[in-house]
Amino acid sequence: MRELLTGNYAIAEAVRLCRVQLVAAYPITPQTPIYEKLSEWQSQGKLGGLMMRMESEHSAMAACISASLTGVRVFTATSSQGLALMHEMLHFASGNRVPVVMACVNRALAVPWAFGSDQTDTLSQRDTGWIQFYCEGNQEALDTVIQAYKVSEQVLLPSMVIIDGFFTSHFVEPVEIPGQSSVDEFLPKCEAPRRFDAKAPTFVAGVVDASRYFQFRQGSFGDMEKAKIVIKDVDEEYKEAFGRGYGLIEAVDVQDAEVVLVTSASITSTARVALESLRKKGHRAGLLKIKTFRPFPAEEVQEVLNGVSKVAVVDRNISIGKEGIFCHELKAALYPLNSRPIIFGYIAGLGGTDVSPEILEGMVMDTLHRDEPEDSPTWISGD
Amino acid sequence: MALEEIKDHMRPGHSACPGCGVAIAMRLVLRSLGDRAVIVVVPSCSAVISGVYPNSALKLPAFHSAFEIAAPTAAGIANALKLLGQEDRPVVAFAGDGGTFDIGLQSLSGAADRNENFIYVCLDNEAYMNTGIQASSATPTFAWTATTPSGRYGRKKRLMEIMAAHRIPYAATASIGYPRDLMEKVEKAKQIKGTKFIHVLAPCPTGWKMSEDVTVRAAILSVQTRVFPLYEIEDGKRYRLTQSPEVLPVSEYLNIQGRFRHMHEEEIERMQQEVAEEWEMLVHRIETYA
Repeated sequence: MRELLTGNYAIAEAVRLCRVQLVAAYPITPQTPIYEKLSEWQSQGKLGGLMMRMESEHSAMAACISASLTGVRVFTATSSQGLALMHEMLHFASGNRVPVVMACVNRALAVPWAFGSDQTDTLSQRDTGWIQFYCEGNQEALDTVIQAYKVSEQVLLPSMVIIDGFFTSHFVEPVEIPGQSSVDEFLPKCEAPRRFDAKAPTFVAGVVDASRYFQFRQGSFGDMEKAKIVIKDVDEEYKEAFGRGYGLIEAVDVQDAEVVLVTSASITSTARVALESLRKKGHRAGLLKIKTFRPFPAEEVQEVLNGVSKVAVVDRNISIGKEGIFCHELKAALYPLNSRPIIFGYIAGLGGTDVSPEILEGMVMDTLHRDEPEDSPTWISGD
Repeated sequence: MALEEIKDHMRPGHSACPGCGVAIAMRLVLRSLGDRAVIVVVPSCSAVISGVYPNSALKLPAFHSAFEIAAPTAAGIANALKLLGQEDRPVVAFAGDGGTFDIGLQSLSGAADRNENFIYVCLDNEAYMNTGIQASSATPTFAWTATTPSGRYGRKKRLMEIMAAHRIPYAATASIGYPRDLMEKVEKAKQIKGTKFIHVLAPCPTGWKMSEDVTVRAAILSVQTRVFPLYEIEDGKRYRLTQSPEVLPVSEYLNIQGRFRHMHEEEIERMQQEVAEEWEMLVHRIETYA
């Protein structure tokens, strides 16, 4: 069934289709419509399971973790300050190896107070041990939530499904909503381990000594590496079932490219327009979209960019004191190559400022005309 | 409960300090809950007592959650058990006074407001004992702690009133000095659906600077001196006293504890007055709303 849906409602549809058993949530702009839509369905009996209307995001994640440990499929959603408040619980979720799936709608972190999209909220949670998917549009958001449950329940690591605030969360696009029976076939009932079995009692998350702590962390690292294969497999299986797949990354027109523009999330759609225009003007530009950020698809990125001479990375986020976070990660991923491209970082769209096709074309042209790499990013305010 | 019916759900050899009131309280609570319960502990003495991986002092399934989330953690488990058709299994959260009066108060309030179905047991030893005796808002006036070296200035927070204000179906104070009373309250709580709150005063020889063989005596004296009266509140309005022993002066309770040793005569007198004032208010509520 095809419907006009916002990104938030596309995510809510996916949560319903995944037969999530427990939702624990707390309102925050621009995520709130997800929580409201699920509440509406729950009150109408259209959403099986329970809704916990929490007093904070921190408690929402606490309830998601303990319910997941008990053995049910859970969901929550948040943004910005809410995600920052959850920080302690994010480490707790991945350490407890619970397959929690959370929608994160990017929004600027205070202060100054602002509400537009800015990926620094989710990227600040990079080291919490969560899988992170940055979705380009509404359809991808819906499809990724369904995939995320399958991935997380296999690798026992939690997933964030991330969209841009307002651009994706509130803009309407045609979205194909899969049928319930086909989703049921793709995603079996939650088979997460039930940790509080009365017949086989265990003490979950006890204190460990230093060497065991080391082993547990190494175990999580290894499983996150394996998650790359699981994500690929699940995506291929999804494509077979529903006709849509996204890969860990997507490369467009890179074979002959003099310069490749690297994007994530909704800026990618704008970049597709910019790319077409650049090609028409005779510039050999390519595009690389990074969808999966954790685990970082280093090998896939190396394969695509090996032999490319110049790369421009656009970041709607900033690590103050260094550079854009995707740019930083990309540089690190390409380090093992013998011949590395020159990489230019551009900061654009912070706080939801506009990133037009013209701005992206400008970045590509700027990169074409520069030969000396710089350590600092170039700031494009869009004004 | 006859002696032969008693089944302990804690193993011997746990890591509590000698004479620990918290360990006694946990043992009594778990005895009353039965063998299908799920336990939540949070950073506190109860978590230390529960053991270091791969050992555990607890014979029942348990989860060592984070400091400020005993209540939503227990609520998440209770709701998930309901979804799995195991609603008969009681969920109990053990948290200390710091985890309840201070850092966990917001999340406890949220869970109580939603009337989530679990038993919350505050094991109150009147300071952050696990981290080495720092004052909490449950620490009584004048008490020495490492962060109130000349005695605490503030008065102990009236937590029972805060819980009553949520109109939860059941709230009670309990004491390891009155084990039968404590166990009956847990058994009563087990029969009630919704949020149940049990505030247990658990004397701490280490933190209260007293001999390890007077733990239970201190607990009994706290009730006899009316420092810690034993009562229950149903639906946030029906108050009932569950024990009314002979009354002793507050000095009897203070004298066995090193943490009050620095108190002057007039300070003891002030504490006696404050205890009398609190008692009058409690009696007023019992008579008015019984």
